[in-house]
Order: sequence, then C-alpha cells, then structure tokens
Amino acid sequence: MKAIDPHIHMVSRTTDDYLQLAIAGIHTVAEPAFWAGFDRTSADSFRDYFQTLTVTEPARAARFGIKHFCWIGMNAKEAENLAMTEDVLALMPEFLDAPTALGIGEIGLNKNSRNEIKTLELQLDLAVRRNEMILIHTPHLEDKLKGTRIIMEMILSEPRIDPARVLIDHAEEHTIKEIKDNGFWFGLTLYPHSKGSPERAIDVVELYGTERLCINSSADWSVSDPLSILKCANEMRRRGHSEAAVAKVFYDNPKSFLSQCPKFQAG
Amino acid sequence: MSPPYQTMDAMEILELYFVENRARLLDIASFLDRIDRYEGAETARADFRYTAFQNAVDLLKSGAAGRTAAIQTIFSDPTTEPLESAVGLKAFGAWKGETR
Ligand SMILES: [Zn+2]
Repeated sequence: MKAIDPHIHMVSRTTDDYLQLAIAGIHTVAEPAFWAGFDRTSADSFRDYFQTLTVTEPARAARFGIKHFCWIGMNAKEAENLAMTEDVLALMPEFLDAPTALGIGEIGLNKNSRNEIKTLELQLDLAVRRNEMILIHTPHLEDKLKGTRIIMEMILSEPRIDPARVLIDHAEEHTIKEIKDNGFWFGLTLYPHSKGSPERAIDVVELYGTERLCINSSADWSVSDPLSILKCANEMRRRGHSEAAVAKVFYDNPKSFLSQCPKFQAG
Repeated sequence: MSPPYQTMDAMEILELYFVENRARLLDIASFLDRIDRYEGAETARADFRYTAFQNAVDLLKSGAAGRTAAIQTIFSDPTTEPLESAVGLKAFGAWKGETR
C-alpha cells in the first residue's frame, strides 16, 4: 500500500531507513523541526539544522524516490532560553521560504512554562503574519492534558488562525475529543515505549472516526520505528476495515491536510 | 448496533487479543513483585507514581466504560496555571500533586 508519514525525524535515521521506507511504500514524508536530543547553545546551531531540513534531507530522500517536506520552528524543549529563541525566530523566515517548507512546526509546549508559552505566542504571531500552516507538539505524559488545553486556548483566541490549518499532534485518549470539537486536525503517534500502540490508534479510529486524523511514527533518535504506520494500517485491516478506509487514514488524510500548503505534492 | 466495518464480534476480539494481553498483565504483576523484592520497597510504594498506578489498576477493575481515557486522566496534571520555569524539569508519567 501507499502511505505518507506526516511526522518523522529523518535527520536522526540512517540512509538505509530511506530504502526501507521506499520499498515499503512510504514515498512521502514530512519532517518537523524539533529537539535534537541535546540542548543547542546558539542560533547558529539551528541555522545548520534548518539547512539540513531544507536541503540535505530532501536530497537524501530523492535518491530513493521519496519526497521530503519539512516544518520550521523553535521547539518548546529549548524555549527556556528566550534570548536564543529570539535569534532562532529571526532565522526562520528565510527557511520558511524554502520550496519544501510547509509551515511552522513542531511548536507547542513541553512542561507548560511561561517561557514556552511566550515562545509559542511569538511563533503563532509569525504564522499569522505569513499565513503559515501550524504543526503543534503537545507535552508528554502528565503534562499533555494541561498543555493541550493551554495551546488550544491560545490558538482559538487568535481569530486569524483557521483551526483547519492546524494539526495538534501526539493526541491521546484524554485529549482527542476536545481537539476535534475545536475544529483542529489531530495526530496520533506510534512510539513504542511512551506513546500509542497500533491497537490503541485503531481503537481511536473506531471511536472518533477517520475525519481530520493523521497517524505518524515520529521516528527519531530514540526507540522508534519508521515503518510503524504500516504496522498500524495492518492492525486496521485485520479488524475488518475496508481498504478504502485504511487508505483514507494513512494516505488521503495526510495528503489532504498537507495539501493546504500549495508547496506540498504527494509522491 | 455495530458500526458497518465490524466483521468481528466481541468473542473474536477476545480470541485475537487474549494471549498478548495476558502477557502484558504478567509484566505488570512482575513489575510490582520486583518493587516488593528490592530494598526500599516501602519508599517506592509510597511514591506518587506508585499511588497513581494503583488507582489506575482499581479503575481497570471497575468495569466502567472509557477506562483508557480515565486512566490517562488519573496520571495527568489537573492544574491550569503555567509553571514559572521548566529549567531542570522532566515528565515523570504521573502528576506529583504540587505546583512546582
Ligand atoms: Zn516530533
């Protein structure tokens, strides 16, 4: 089957993973800018990272016939350093102009602190000024519910942001209903140890339907699986869902959401 | 009424997922036994994470609908005020019960 992984951190994966994606039918990926597994000490480090996301990775992917898109943003995990945040924000427009940059992301909250909120506010403002799409990272574990609510309140209080152009990612059973009710897209992440399993993801599909939902691997430098979306698609199939419904969740939906940015083209 | 996709019934779901979930249950039992067996078990059992875990296990047994979301809520920070700073903080998996 053909599938799109709308959230995968290919900078942290080997070239061999690109081959695995290609032969498995994942011919389109989108990579949000995030934490690198360590705290960076200057905006220059982000400049190099954004350069990798907009130049190196699309070229590496193209060797395997994979289309690579990205999101540019200042992640919440490094946002406590407000001075550096401001420098990174100044860099972002140049990279948002790249032909494969789809919007601002993944931005959001990590521990729900004041500086994280400030950083998010500045980036929402940038998104409004540039009419960019937005990919939201929600906090993990005990901080998710509170953070998701703070983020939604911030976005909804800005009438110039259309929730249909925002995807709130890493949603889980206790946050999905509120996200959907507010008109946002939501993302489910298949992360072996700390987030959702294929079984739980398909339970969500059965409980909430297939509308405005994207499922991703978020595969990165930690314990993760770049082929997890296909394993999840298989779980949906063995429950008896139609091939058309499976294709909707794993191909049509990410294509619909991402196509709201005219630069996006599915492979 | 079953949604149109559902080609299986509950008995088939039980059949399909029983063995793997039995194994998951044994992992949990073994995790709790491990805590008991190691030195300092009393301190570990008084930890906020252990308490939240026990509350979640109670919820599992309750037979109420929507257990997954309810367990997620047990582990969540219910407050609404932002933290002053996130420096040096990490997520534990359960809420410690105080505003840091
Ligand atoms: Zn990510």
